[in-house]
Order: sequence, then structure tokens, then C-alpha cells
Amino acid sequence: MSVQLLTYIFIGLSFALYIGIAIWSRSGTTKEFYVAGGHVHPLANGAATAADWMSAASFLSMAGIIAFEGADGARYLMGWTGGYVLLALLLAPYLRKFAKYTVPDFVGDRYYSQAARLVAVVCVIFISFTYVAGQMRGVGIVFSRFLEVDINLGVVIGMAIVFFYAVLGGMKGITYTQVAQYCVLIFAYLVPAIFISLMLTGNPFPMLGFGSEMVGESGTYLLDKLDGLTAELGMTAFTEGNKSTVDMFFITAALMAGTAGLPHVIVRFFTVPKVRDARVSAGYALVFIALLYTTAPAVAAFARINIINNVDGMHYSVAPEWFTKWEDSGLIAWLDKNDDGKIQYRGGAALDPLKPVFEDGRESDGQRSLANAPSESENELYIDRDIIVLAHPEIAGLPNWVIALVAAGGLAAALSTAAGLLLVMSTSISHDLMKKCLMPNISERQELLFARIAAALAVSIAGLLGIYPPGFVAQVVAFAFGLAAASFFPVILLGIFSKRMNREAAIAGMVTGLTFTFSYIVYFKFISPETNNAAHWLFGISPEGIGTLGMLINFAVSLFVMRITPPPPQEVQDLVERIRVPR
Amino acid sequence: MGSKMDNDKQAYWRANLWLMLMLLAVWFFVSFVCGILAIDYLNQFRFFGYKLGFWFSQQGSIYVFVILIFVYVWKMNRLDKQYGVREDDDV
Repeated sequence: MSVQLLTYIFIGLSFALYIGIAIWSRSGTTKEFYVAGGHVHPLANGAATAADWMSAASFLSMAGIIAFEGADGARYLMGWTGGYVLLALLLAPYLRKFAKYTVPDFVGDRYYSQAARLVAVVCVIFISFTYVAGQMRGVGIVFSRFLEVDINLGVVIGMAIVFFYAVLGGMKGITYTQVAQYCVLIFAYLVPAIFISLMLTGNPFPMLGFGSEMVGESGTYLLDKLDGLTAELGMTAFTEGNKSTVDMFFITAALMAGTAGLPHVIVRFFTVPKVRDARVSAGYALVFIALLYTTAPAVAAFARINIINNVDGMHYSVAPEWFTKWEDSGLIAWLDKNDDGKIQYRGGAALDPLKPVFEDGRESDGQRSLANAPSESENELYIDRDIIVLAHPEIAGLPNWVIALVAAGGLAAALSTAAGLLLVMSTSISHDLMKKCLMPNISERQELLFARIAAALAVSIAGLLGIYPPGFVAQVVAFAFGLAAASFFPVILLGIFSKRMNREAAIAGMVTGLTFTFSYIVYFKFISPETNNAAHWLFGISPEGIGTLGMLINFAVSLFVMRITPPPPQEVQDLVERIRVPR
Repeated sequence: MGSKMDNDKQAYWRANLWLMLMLLAVWFFVSFVCGILAIDYLNQFRFFGYKLGFWFSQQGSIYVFVILIFVYVWKMNRLDKQYGVREDDDV
């Protein structure tokens, strides 16, 4: 059977499964809609958290980034897993004991302030929209490449599915579809990785395989071989990095604190019955996440070797189908600088500007014409990082069903994260904004109706973002983590661990942390992008890592303001006492 | 303040903080020290087919993170029982 037919079958089956689960787990009350009634088993919550957390970025992009950046890719591996240690030890159990529905709920009650609640609502909505736009790009890539449908139609189909189970099922529907989506995505990620690991090293465990010897070259370790190949082609060796130590440190810290402060992840811990369930379900979540995260660097190393071995020096006229199909999608480009008809893969960027700008028509060897100027380097090949996970099974020549499976897995990753984000957005609007601020007298049924309307609205806006992607999507992803690190993480942490922490300090801390982080990113990404390099950065910290500094500023300002302003009222201090013990 | 109940809760909280700080020290050591600050130094040692620093940053730290959370769960469940603050199943 063809890849396309198999992909239709796999995606169709998985979508039918998600819809079936959604019908079975409809929500009837606001508590079910917001936190699945608080009855989710910790193991199920762990799987749901993993699917919620692992987005199109984790599934599709991360291994690709590591494949091209090598050692520098570790900032994502450590940052996006280490955050769970912070979450489990510092936040999850206490927020579960607090037993409300949202992060703005905690901020508003703990800091006895509607202003703080509103700042939190704005942050939740901003962070979530930033994030959801990226998911829609993932959905679009999968649909356009594998089903050869228009990207827009793909986005509409994806949105319709999410709409169905998020609006109908709320958190209850989302939780159980996320469990199913975790199973689909991890299976889809591991199967090709295991195949390729066996082919290259004979080791069925990819996380061990990339530290093993190559098949047929006993005594040669895979990573040494890869270091040799990359050095030979004038690239940075795979196990060496380009980023400065200080930047790696700050980016990793920002990703960790940002992970712990992301509202759609935190809210998952409101859904389990007990405090000790919240603790252990963070552990399960990290096990499920680690399965993919320890495999990703192996996939990256395998992919880099396979690309070098299969593509470099190949004549374009005999290029395999995957190469020309991705070229047709605009995600691979080849500029024959020396007119020898052979694809030359070397260090450095191939094109100037970096991304290919295609013109109508073809060149003499049949490749698509480019408007880009040749760059200084000898490299002739442009490969978009986002395609590595999807293309790798084809590059390695795996059977068609594996390729189709990966497409279904990518969709599961993107849709599960999108649904979680849409839910926190709708909850923020119906619960925090309408019920807690604007219309405190609405009934349970009216609140539920508002939640559904808000979810429907959020789905539609997210769909529009997918169809008309703003050019700055990739640019603003750094915002989500930086802002979460600079705003929620310190405010929640101090709210639990300091009884003296008060309203004035929280607002001052959030405002300074956010303003600083926001301005720094806006300055380097939008106002003065040409100066976005180490020479101009503050202490050599890139915009990606500036959230850490924003967080430190938030902490410093909070601790100072707290000492010169009155302590919080007695009932708030009692609240803090109460959330510190499970019973 | 001063009652036995309060003292117990204080002791529970102190034990919790102490455990947390120890685990976070390990967390910081494997990721920020082994995986970033000392990576070049550790890379001169081999660990099977990996350079040691590279292994910590791409594999080892993640395994340790998982272990840390389960140690925390196990220790905290014991503390909950010891100080009588465990949530009962039928409450």
C-alpha cells in the first residue's frame, strides 16, 4: 500500500479513537470541565501531562534541531525535563492542596488582589496563544506533506477535531484523549528509532545505540564516526557546541523555570484526587516524557549520519523520492554552486538569505529554481530542521507503514498540546475573568456555557493563526518560556514558601520581571534584529535565555518590596500554612 | 503557636525543606555542573561510546531527574505518615 493511503488509514483510525473517547467522557459540570472532576488516576494524569507537554516542537522539531546543532541541543533536553523536578518538588503538591481550578485563581487568592488576578489572566492567554500557533504549523506540515492536501484544509480538519472534544468534553474529554494520544505518539516515535538503531548499531535501544559501535565497523563508535564525518565536511563536530557556557546556562535555566510555570502543565495537577497523587503523577509524567527525550538525541545522531551518508555527493538526477517531495514542499532546497550536478553537503549556511526563496521553473538538473544568492560556504544543501523526524524513516528506507505511523504521531503531539492550551485559555476567560471579576453572580450552567463559548472562540482564533501564520511565530516562542519563567514561577514559588510574601511584592515583581524580559526580547527580535548577537547581548545572554535574568530580577524586587510593605492579612497566612501540609 | 500540633507541623515543614534542598542540589549538579559548566572537563573521559560530559547533558541528567522525583515521592509519603498528615482514603 502507498504511504498516502496508509497515512489516511492511520490518521483516520486515531481520529476516530479520539472522537469516541470524547463522546464517552462528556463534561456535565464546571468542575468536570475545568479539572475533570478531580478524579483522574495519577498514572493517567502522568500520560496526559506528557502528551499535553510534548508538542509539535518536541515531536517534530527537537530531534531535528539536535541533529544540526549537536551538543548545543542539550539545552532543550535538560531544560524541558529538569523543569519537572522543580514542578514536582516546589509547586505541584501545594497547588493541588490549594484545590482551585486555575493559576490565576491561585495568584488572585494568595495575593488577595483582582489586579494580580488580571495580570495572571493576561499572561496565561498570551503564553497559550504563542504556543498554540506553533502547534498549528506542525499540523499543517504533516497534512501538506503526507496527505498532499492544502495546508489550510489540514488545519481546518485538525481544528474541527480539537473543537469537538475540547468544547464537548472540557478537561475530562481532553484528559482521556491525551492518554490515547500519548500512546500513539510514543509508539510512533520509538518504532522508527528502534528500527534505525538496529540498522546502524544492532542495539534495539536507541538511547544506548548511539553510544554503541557501528554495524560492520567493529571498534568504531557511532558518535566518533559522526564527529569524524562532520569535521571532514567542515562542520562543527557533533559532540562539540558553538554556544557560550553562560548562554547555555541561562537558556537551560529559563526553559526549566518556564516549564514549571506553564499554566497548561500546572493545571493538570489540579485533576488528581490527592496531594500525594500530584507528587507521584509528576514522576510518571517525567518517565513518559523521558522515554521520548532520551530517544531524541539518538534519533538526531542517526539522522545526521544517514543524511551525510545518503545525500552528500549524490547526483540530483538519482535523488530519492523523499528528497524531491520535500523539495516540492519547500523544506529542502539545493543550489548547485559548482555546476557538477552533485549535491554537496558541507558546513555553513547554503543560501543567502538563510531560508530558500523559490522561483517558478526548474534548473537544468531538474531542481527548483532559487532566488537566493549563493553564500560564502561550499554547502549547497538547505534542509529545514522541522522535517527531520518526518523524513528520517524515508531516508533510512523503512517500510511505508512506519512512515504513516510517524505522521499520525506528529498529529497526536500537536493536537494534544493544542487542546490543553485551548482549555486553559477558555478557563481563564469563563472562570477567572467572567465568574471571578466581571459577573460573579452567574450560575454554574451559565459559567459552563461561557467556558464552551470561550473554547470555541479560542479554537477558531488558533485555526486562523494556523492558516495565516504570522511571520513572527518562531520568533515569539522564546516569549512563552521567558515570560512564564519571569512571571508565574517566582510568584507561585514565593507564594508557597514565604508567608511574608504580599500583594505589593507580587505585583512589583511580576511587572518588573515581565517588562524587563518582554523589552529585551522585543528589542532584539523586532526593533534591532541586526544587533542580535553575542557582542550586543547583556552579559552574553541571548533573548532565548533572558527569562532567567527576568526571573532573578522578579525575585530580587519581590524580596525587597516585601520587606518595606505590610504583611499579608492573617487569613492569607493561614492559607499558606494550610497548603503546606497534605491534611 | 506553641501547641504540639503546631510544633509537629513546623518539624514536618523543616524536614520537607531539607529533603527538597538536598534533591535540588543533586538536580543542579547533574544538569548545570556536569552538563554545562564542567562539560569540557568531563568530555576528556569516556563513558562507553560517549564523552562523559556529552552523556550527562543528553542522557544522564534526564535519568537522574526521574530518580529524584521518585525519591521525593517515597520520602514525602514516609514523612506524611510519620507526622500524621497523610490524607485518608475515605475522607
